[in-house]
Amino acid sequence: MPWTKIYSDKTEFEEAAKASSVPLRGITYAEALREAQAQLLRDDERVFIFGEGIDDPGGVFGSTLGLHTEFGDERVFDTPLAENALTGIAAGAATAGMRPILVHMRIDFMPLTMDPILNHAAKWHYMFGGAVHVPMVIRSIVGRGWGSAAQHSQNIHALFAHIPGLKVVMPATPYDAKGLLMSASADGNPVIFIEHRWLYGHTGHVPEEPYTVPLGKGVVRREGSDVTIVAISHMAAEATKAARSLAEEGIECEIIDPRTLRPLDTELIISSVKKTGRLVVADTGWQYGGIGAEITTRLVEDAFGALKAPVERINIPDCPTPASPVLEAAYYPGVTEIENAVKRVIAG
Amino acid sequence: MTSKLSKETLLGLYSTMLKIRLFEEKIVELYPEQEMKCPVHLYIGQEAIAAGVCANLTKTDYIVSNHRCHGHAIAKGADIKALMAEFYGKAAGCSKGKGGSMHVVDVERGMLGTSAIVGGGIPMGVGSALASSIRKDGFVTVIFLGDGASEEGVFYESMNFAALKNLPVVFICENNGYATNSPQHARHATCDISGMANAYKIPGRCIDGNDVEAVYATAKEAIGLAREGGGPSLIEAVTYRWKGHVGPEADHLKGCRPEVELTDWMEKCPVKRFDDRLVNEGVSDKAGLIEIGAVIAEEIEEAVRFSKAAPYPLAEDLLTEVYFKGE
Ligand SMILES: Cc1ncc(C[n+]2csc(CCOP(=O)(O)OP(=O)(O)O)c2C)c(N)n1
Ligand SMILES: [Mg+2]
Repeated sequence: MPWTKIYSDKTEFEEAAKASSVPLRGITYAEALREAQAQLLRDDERVFIFGEGIDDPGGVFGSTLGLHTEFGDERVFDTPLAENALTGIAAGAATAGMRPILVHMRIDFMPLTMDPILNHAAKWHYMFGGAVHVPMVIRSIVGRGWGSAAQHSQNIHALFAHIPGLKVVMPATPYDAKGLLMSASADGNPVIFIEHRWLYGHTGHVPEEPYTVPLGKGVVRREGSDVTIVAISHMAAEATKAARSLAEEGIECEIIDPRTLRPLDTELIISSVKKTGRLVVADTGWQYGGIGAEITTRLVEDAFGALKAPVERINIPDCPTPASPVLEAAYYPGVTEIENAVKRVIAG
Repeated sequence: MTSKLSKETLLGLYSTMLKIRLFEEKIVELYPEQEMKCPVHLYIGQEAIAAGVCANLTKTDYIVSNHRCHGHAIAKGADIKALMAEFYGKAAGCSKGKGGSMHVVDVERGMLGTSAIVGGGIPMGVGSALASSIRKDGFVTVIFLGDGASEEGVFYESMNFAALKNLPVVFICENNGYATNSPQHARHATCDISGMANAYKIPGRCIDGNDVEAVYATAKEAIGLAREGGGPSLIEAVTYRWKGHVGPEADHLKGCRPEVELTDWMEKCPVKRFDDRLVNEGVSDKAGLIEIGAVIAEEIEEAVRFSKAAPYPLAEDLLTEVYFKGE
């Protein structure tokens, strides 16, 4: 299915497009995000987009390029450096009936926004007995590499996934980037929309017309019978490569991309593990109290008997991101670590 | 106008500015080799501020810097080998390669760590000033922040606290007119950063940040006041950064700002301006200044040789220093 497939590079996509019986339209993850926002701005007058540097020549790595000229700077605008207030302002505007999309260029700046998110936006609907709700989206990007280091390349999605009242989305493909952003804006709840910088250049099939990908529904990226790999965000791309080389050794991996961490598509994961009997969780974040722990616990609670082997979790090491290239290389797990983990669970 | 400063002070200011300039220009030259694998936020154009302020500090006074930290560290006397090695990701770097160019530390010289979160260092600087005030150690803390950082709420919270507790701290806002590519007028309601001091009834001054003597004199007063128990001050030093927000290229090439803006500001180059002045006033002849430059250039070459040859950290070091283990 071109809608769910991860192409490892542009050439692979172009070959697939040639071979496809239906026409495929290839754009990048960044372009898909831009297109979603353009269509939201066009079709819903309550939508506005703001954030630091949103109108600059880089256009948030291309994802907001030219939107301010197309839709005017009342609806697409640059801001002061004031993440805390901006997030509260978004929440206030949302409560008052708008549909803001706020962009924080790096997720590392979001600790400054914890109060408006955790104490306010996430609770507002509940705390007032449903009288109000907060339909806002916060787009934020995970950085990686080139010595970005401890304050510019963190993976803190689990912090947000911990919070009731929020939805947390991590698109891994251009198709999902667009479809999930459309859903997030229409959802009516505060949605933390976490993008990965290393996915920005990925190409995939993205229909031009508006469409949605439902929040809370995972997707099977690849079918297989031997082991289930639940892979999140950039790890879905890594798992796809690992599965390809493992297939050459006769190991068939099923890859599940949950796409949304909260709500989590537990059912999809459990039904896959019931089939394969083995689980590897490939997460971009830390292990301690992380999303892999949540997934594994749900499995143990609901389908204890399904497991034929211990679960493996792949995470970044239990330390901040280092700057030095040597340490950075040692820090990030990828294809090799996934392959090794799969082999270990196959060996039981 | 003839300067009242001693020859030694004047040449000290000159050397510091030149050292920062040549250090940064060396990075511009070497960065395309892609051996320095970290983002670099260059200070070229702003040298007079770090030099003029830090010339008033003792070795143990504290300074707080930010992502654009090279100049502050050099002006505070940091070892440029340890800085350069850090940018090269080497174990001999000031942060053992764990931090990179935005995370400079030099405890002996009062740099207790540098944050790349805009505004993140401001309250920490107020914290070191609070420590000094409780301990009565006589140290002053200088906090360098950008015009962008002055928008963060924590700046106001910190200024209020510092004023309330009458802390020995000086806020130096380097207003280079931009936060990344956003011009100040797109972000500030009043474009009057120094005026914010009025709200806390602390001294606030706006000065030409490219005039090293003006910076020196204004900082001297504020630092003296802080040291004598007179509490905090805010100085806004107006300047311009010549290079892009990050990296060695000029911004106008990316369409981020008009080229004439840069060329106008290059006319006001803090180093060239001071160089001319020292010669015109007979503080030094041209040859003397060239000699100073040659010595600094060699020191920087040595730092580069050292950094390139130095070993990387070991992969095993990844998990060390997550926790303090005591000693
Ligand atoms: C809290 C936070 N928000 C945004 C950023 C991204 N960022 C890094 S530097 C910078 C601009 C800072 O401008 P200014 O304070 O004027 O310092 P300058 O770069 O001009 O020296 C921005 C937006 C960040 N690092 N931290
Ligand atoms: Mg600035």
